[in-house]
Amino acid sequence: MSAPEAEIVVKELHKAFGDRKILRGVSVHAERGSTVAVMGGSGTGKSVLLKHLVGLIEPDAGEIWVQGKRVDQLNRSDLNELRLRVGYLFQGGALFDSMTVDENLDFVLRRHSKLSRRERIEQIHEAIAWVNLPHAAEQYPAELSGGQKKRIALARAIILRPDILLCDEPTTGLDPASVRTVSDLIMRLRAERGITTIAITHDLLCADIIADHGIFLSRGRALAEGTLNELRSSDHPELQAFFG
Amino acid sequence: MRFIAYTLEQVGAIAAFAGTFFGQLFRRPFEGRELIRQMDETGSKSLLLVLITGCSIGIVLSMQSRGTLARFGAEAVLPNMLALSVVKEIGPVITSLVLAGRLGAGIAAELGSMRVTEQIDALEVAALQPFKYLVVTRVLACVVMFPLLTIACDVVALLGGYAESLLSSDLDYRLFVDQAFSSLRLSDVLFSTAKTSVFGFLVSIVGCYSGYYVRGGTREVGQAAMRAVVIGSLLVLVADVLMVRLSLILFGG
Repeated sequence: MSAPEAEIVVKELHKAFGDRKILRGVSVHAERGSTVAVMGGSGTGKSVLLKHLVGLIEPDAGEIWVQGKRVDQLNRSDLNELRLRVGYLFQGGALFDSMTVDENLDFVLRRHSKLSRRERIEQIHEAIAWVNLPHAAEQYPAELSGGQKKRIALARAIILRPDILLCDEPTTGLDPASVRTVSDLIMRLRAERGITTIAITHDLLCADIIADHGIFLSRGRALAEGTLNELRSSDHPELQAFFG
Repeated sequence: MRFIAYTLEQVGAIAAFAGTFFGQLFRRPFEGRELIRQMDETGSKSLLLVLITGCSIGIVLSMQSRGTLARFGAEAVLPNMLALSVVKEIGPVITSLVLAGRLGAGIAAELGSMRVTEQIDALEVAALQPFKYLVVTRVLACVVMFPLLTIACDVVALLGGYAESLLSSDLDYRLFVDQAFSSLRLSDVLFSTAKTSVFGFLVSIVGCYSGYYVRGGTREVGQAAMRAVVIGSLLVLVADVLMVRLSLILFGG
């Protein structure tokens, strides 16, 4: 079995939790440097799909390839090595709430780099300045707003300069201004670093800003795939309802 | 039947979790900084509770026992009785039960809330070995701190008992100490204190297990905390029976 050339390839992915079938043969394809938005209503298996890409969930059937490696067959050590090349932005940010913002970033950096303390501090300040929160370093996550948490979580996700960014609902629950800020940051990542991004979202503003390709999931299956305009102009009732 | 099956399933799952703990224990990284932080959290934040508990045990035991012993003309052996009962049994068990409530629930709630807010997944995705970082450090901290807190409880309980004796019968300090320690053997002190390491292990492993695999939301986190306290306390009591039996075999009565 030869490895696919695309950065991320998911083939015929199936997953059930007990009797509930969540994914029923989903396939996804993301070229290097592209941004794919996976869209659909709640409970259609979008987050489950994303968690498969970093081995947080094991599939019942199907193949998951990331950078030419079959994720679902990697041993623990190889999986961890691959994970260092993938940044993951969780839906609620998932910042470690017992740590300040700079400790959140330093925690990841300290474990996986050989930088001195001074170099790490410089890199952390650079990262939080990049997300426009230079004064948040000493704050705890509980002291930040939803949008600020997302931005710090994004800074943490990219602190190791990954090749791939996976975003689970990056703009859910944010006001329109924050949606635009977070979306613009994701766009800048692609422009400045050539990062491949898969973003789970049902936020059309975010999808419009960041995605050059979209997949629409419904009941665990990919109902339609194409550019955002192609999806928007589809005459399928579910897509019409989604895009309004 | 269903209850028995569920209980056996839980016992098996906790045993497997404990097995993972031992499997990870000697593997790198050793998380020394987090271990020290957890020991500090476990020790410093539980110390006041343990001291108050110990003091009240000592005072109450002294008050309750004096009258009973006086009826048999044995009031003079009060310090011996206090020392034996506090150091051999009441101190270790009450300390462990109090800590099962405080730490068992705290660990389960903390890990449970980290699970439902995806912080454990975030550690996993960042290749940071959450089991090692969260579970191994907490369990080791409890294994080390339970005996130290028990010693603190024992000392304060004896001081409380002495203070009560002083108020009631003007007992000389040296006489109290001489009598109290004359009946204690080194093996009593060492074994009774060391067994709380086992209690610490049981309380923390159950707390970690209950929190680590929480699914759902805040309701489930609350249930996990409650389960951790109930199972942890029961395990302390069952383990105590076994440990006392073992001490009788090893050291006699």
